[in-house]
Amino acid sequence: MNSKKEKNTKKSSKNIYYSISFLILVIILYIVLYFLKSEKIINSLSASKDIFVNIIPVLFLVIFLMGISNYLLTPKKVSKYLGIKSGFKGWFLSALFGIISHGPIYVWYPLLKDLKEHGMRTGLVAVFLYNRAIKIPLLPIMIFYFGVYFVIILYIYMIVASLFQGKIIEIMEEKYIEQRGENA
Amino acid sequence: MIDKKINTINKVGVTTSFYKAIKSFGASLPVLIGVILLIGLFKSYIPSKLISSVFTGEIFRDTFLGSTIGSILAGNPITSYIIGGELLKEGVSLFAVTAFIIAWVTVGIIQLPAEASILGKRFALIRNILSFLFSILVAIVTVLTLQVVL
Repeated sequence: MNSKKEKNTKKSSKNIYYSISFLILVIILYIVLYFLKSEKIINSLSASKDIFVNIIPVLFLVIFLMGISNYLLTPKKVSKYLGIKSGFKGWFLSALFGIISHGPIYVWYPLLKDLKEHGMRTGLVAVFLYNRAIKIPLLPIMIFYFGVYFVIILYIYMIVASLFQGKIIEIMEEKYIEQRGENA
Repeated sequence: MIDKKINTINKVGVTTSFYKAIKSFGASLPVLIGVILLIGLFKSYIPSKLISSVFTGEIFRDTFLGSTIGSILAGNPITSYIIGGELLKEGVSLFAVTAFIIAWVTVGIIQLPAEASILGKRFALIRNILSFLFSILVAIVTVLTLQVVL
């Protein structure tokens, strides 16, 4: 348990290191380009500032929603409900928990592996992973850029696509097991 | 007594959750700032002629291109929404942008080794290939539906 925690902490500090390095590289690029064409860099800064000013209020809302989703849901709570369920309930719960799950994906891989080993269907794992693409706390920023109608339509199709994907993976898996059985 | 204890636990839970949220957002903030600065550069250095020569408006070509770029890039989805939204303002088609933001979150070429080692090679490979194909399909269907609805 502790080693899992240590691993995650290591990964997250590595991520912070990469993100700061990325920002430093961009700043260096700005400094270099400033000496080549200062006018264009001032325009770039002004364009970036405009984007910031527009999205800052939305970002606060995003942090608030992230806090709420952190409070309501943890991998431990999810594992309680996401077991060897099949039928409509299994598909529904996998999609639902995929949607409301949060945090980096590597936090969820060990849980999914565990559930898979305890009999969770492969299709349901796929459905869970696909629906992680739907991020409720990020809704404000998505609506800000693309509009409510776009977001609703996109999310409906994504949920449908996740179910198709899960079913296809399951069929492929069954065929593969059958073939292996015939060859053995 | 018990009520008091539950209240304290709840308060600690809420504080920890918000602390975690701020910490996690703070970790992705440098990338977010970097990307916004890059978009600023993009806006003043890349002429719209060049953008329209890459994204020609041809549905399948644009969508495929959007999905491919989204599959290669990774990171917090918020970054993809900002890039996608700004590209849209620059004249890139909604087909390409939609495919880009879907592939960004559903296809994980960078995470593929981790996914394969934990959930199995076959599963990870099939899942990512299917996610790529679905990103194209979902993007096309979404934009076409939107055009009918609006």
